Amino acid sequence: MHIVVVGLSHKTAPVEIREKLAIPESRMGEALTRLCSYQGVREGILLSTCNRVEVYAVVDEIESGYGRIQDFLADAHLSLSSEQLTPHLYWHEGDRAISHLFRVASSLDSMIVGESQILGQIKEAFEVALTHKATGIILNKVVKKAISVAKRVRTETKIAEMAVSVSYAAVELAKKIFSDLSEKTVLLVGAGEMAKLAARHFIANGVRHVRVTTRNPQQALELANRFGGTAIAFEEFREDMASADIVLVSTGAAHYLVSEDDVQRSVKQRMNRPMFLIDISVPRNIDPAVRHVDNAFLFDIDDLKTRVERNRGERLNEAEKAERVVVDEVGVVRHWLQSLEVTPTIVALRARVDDIKQAELDKTLGRLANLSAPERELVEAMASSIVNKLIHNTMVTLKAEVNTSEGTAFIEAARRFFSLGDPAVSDVNGNETSASEPCHSSQEDIRDSEEVTPRSGSKAPDR
Amino acid sequence: MAAMFFVVTMALYFAATVSYLAYLLWATEALSKISLGITAVGFTSHSIALGVGMVGATDVSSPGFHEALSFSSWVLILVFIVVEFRHRMHVLGSFIVPLALISLVFAAALPESAPTLTPVFRTLWVHVTLSMLGTVGFAIAFVAGVMYLIQDGLLKSKRFNVLYSKLPALDFLDHLNQQSIVTGFPLLTLGIITGALSAEFSRGSYLNWNPEQTWALVTWVFYFVVLMGRLTVGWRAKRAAYLTIIGFAGVILTLIGVVLKGHGPVS
Repeated sequence: MHIVVVGLSHKTAPVEIREKLAIPESRMGEALTRLCSYQGVREGILLSTCNRVEVYAVVDEIESGYGRIQDFLADAHLSLSSEQLTPHLYWHEGDRAISHLFRVASSLDSMIVGESQILGQIKEAFEVALTHKATGIILNKVVKKAISVAKRVRTETKIAEMAVSVSYAAVELAKKIFSDLSEKTVLLVGAGEMAKLAARHFIANGVRHVRVTTRNPQQALELANRFGGTAIAFEEFREDMASADIVLVSTGAAHYLVSEDDVQRSVKQRMNRPMFLIDISVPRNIDPAVRHVDNAFLFDIDDLKTRVERNRGERLNEAEKAERVVVDEVGVVRHWLQSLEVTPTIVALRARVDDIKQAELDKTLGRLANLSAPERELVEAMASSIVNKLIHNTMVTLKAEVNTSEGTAFIEAARRFFSLGDPAVSDVNGNETSASEPCHSSQEDIRDSEEVTPRSGSKAPDR
Repeated sequence: MAAMFFVVTMALYFAATVSYLAYLLWATEALSKISLGITAVGFTSHSIALGVGMVGATDVSSPGFHEALSFSSWVLILVFIVVEFRHRMHVLGSFIVPLALISLVFAAALPESAPTLTPVFRTLWVHVTLSMLGTVGFAIAFVAGVMYLIQDGLLKSKRFNVLYSKLPALDFLDHLNQQSIVTGFPLLTLGIITGALSAEFSRGSYLNWNPEQTWALVTWVFYFVVLMGRLTVGWRAKRAAYLTIIGFAGVILTLIGVVLKGHGPVS
């Protein structure tokens, strides 16, 4: 039983590959079902965003598991062969896989470190996996833990401020061009996350006039409503650009939407009043030649990041703090996962009942001071016999079930029944989450175990 | 006594200049306070020097370039202190205080109250004061222009250094540039008119096309065009900055030319 992750991200694959591999929301369910149908894949969850496509799974064997997942990724996309995919993939297992998930959730692996969108995306992916019963006891716990780690990182470090700092940098730059933002007009072109965030920042800094345009007029209208601005037709925004002091562009277009001539014309219409253009799109949507236009100031995402880099020392510090949180939490999960192995569970169970037996013996024999030595031995033997008979069936069941798909559920159950100090119960998301798991599959586990027990534990006296 | 205060003022402005230039490099709050403190003490001393000079001046002495330059230097510092208190724009000191110092150094190089060759009228005082106030306006427009071009260059080349962080917003500088010209231009206009009047009184003609008068008129026409261009066809921002820098160079040339020719009173 191993946790693995296979995937690719903005760090390993260009956008052309990422977009081909991306799994649309509508096909998520089908993809999850297909993933779980592979032999040896016990649990799975799919994370597909514009910056990464990752498959987290619990597999029987690491090597074959890697192969299955890679097949799964290539299968879904006939245009990409497994060979084409390989150079862009990364494979992690065990602690490294868990740590990877924690880092992703905490936005340490994001293109813009500290952005919060990824956490929402992980939550969504988890919901979908739960709906399709693709996850089980292990991934449920690990993903929930990832979510709580991300929250911990956000509260304990200033990392979240860094993402904000890209839009903060945009506002700060704007303030070097315009002394009073309240009379300025922001034109938002496209609905990219960062641009929306930046627009929100501008509004928070006093901008009152917002114009929005997106290819989808409905979306433009929605955004305009949200920002208290007006929507304009996408086809006409270039002509309208002169009315904007600040132009925020972030669309998915693969070519330049705004040319040098467009900006030159706008600046002229504006009687040379300065214009601030921010291009947060990747690939860029504003022709870099705009830099040569007098009184137009163009900044792209890299420029903004450079601006942010000025706080690099602090930034590194915060990221390091966040990494330490991740390492901490991986340790907690590792501990929990180890507890799910059968041998330590049996040892712990043995120790637990022996402790109880010894305590009760000491109490009883203390009161029966005038017993002879053979009589004492008899009482001790009886006590041993009772506890051994009581746990015998549990031990046998655990050993028998360990290699079945419900093995971990049995171990988890045994640990709970006998209070074998499961760190996860108290540490992961508090008690109530493990007690009332919303996940359908864990309920299924319990139902299954009821059906299965008579088969494997025929000696059970109670059943 | 005025001379002593004058020297003290110059020393203080020099110290303030050094301190303000250091502020450009390190930009610490302490440096800006020290600089402002020195400037304020210098300004007080300067005011005393001017006041004592005024008291000492008689009806027969006419204001020479020494007084004119010293006065414009004083106005520059006054404007700076007012702007500093209203906008907390420390970096302005790094540009204006050196300019005031230069003006004062030129004043020191010239004799006080040049002997009067022509009949003097009180209008001459008015003429000098107005012209110098106009010149101060252009000087501030010049400073705003220089700061604009620096900030523009830093933004374009994306060099985010100390200067970038201390310089004010581009549109503020552009506005300051505009306001300075809008204020300076009518003052210069009045200065020229009163100059022409006093010339009429002293020489019998409003205009005799001597180099100073010619340059003054050229300067006036230049700033008139700059102002009209700004108000009608959008000569703002970078273009306005360049034009005001060129214009101020013209003003300086006029002054230097007049001084080198050894004219006493401004005409």
